[in-house]
Amino acid sequence: MLIVAMPLAFGCITLALLLNFWRLVRGPGRADRILALDTMYINTVALLVLYGIHQNSSVYFEAALLIALMGFVGTVALCTYLLRGDIIE
Amino acid sequence: MLELFTELFLLIGGVFALIGSIGLARLPDLFMRLHGPTKATTLGVGGILIASMLHFGGQGEGLSVHELLVTLFLFTTAPVSAYLVARTMLHLRGKSVDTGMGRHHPADKEAS
Repeated sequence: MLIVAMPLAFGCITLALLLNFWRLVRGPGRADRILALDTMYINTVALLVLYGIHQNSSVYFEAALLIALMGFVGTVALCTYLLRGDIIE
Repeated sequence: MLELFTELFLLIGGVFALIGSIGLARLPDLFMRLHGPTKATTLGVGGILIASMLHFGGQGEGLSVHELLVTLFLFTTAPVSAYLVARTMLHLRGKSVDTGMGRHHPADKEAS
């Protein structure tokens, strides 16, 4: 089942992650790198959900939720540090 | 029939996530690059989560709530993080010289 779409979706997400990593390494500014890291988190959530469908198990949703949470907190912390020079005031 | 829809949503999700990342990698300007990940990638993840709901909902265990949680969280936090990144871009561009963002820390300029 899902013979056609699953490898294509895996390939798309993997290519997207590679492009994000390229922008993360190369990006001209710090804000670009934060944006690339945020996109990598979101794509990792997509990859984990895909792997959950592939393995037919719902355990991976917990990991996806955790990664989404930590990614958001990390983005907010990095942006606040660059904006204010301090994370917790 | 359900499987067909699952495959369709998987393809839509994967292609939109790829489009968002191509936009992040290829667009020339800082603020243009913000558009790709915040809209297209979020839509792509939404498509993959819909496919997952269809897949696990078709197995007779009822609708699972985990996907809804992930979707809700991602869709509420994406605009917030985009707003914060845009403010950081404006802040850094306003204080640093020309396009060489990242060369000088803003605090260095303030001190001198």
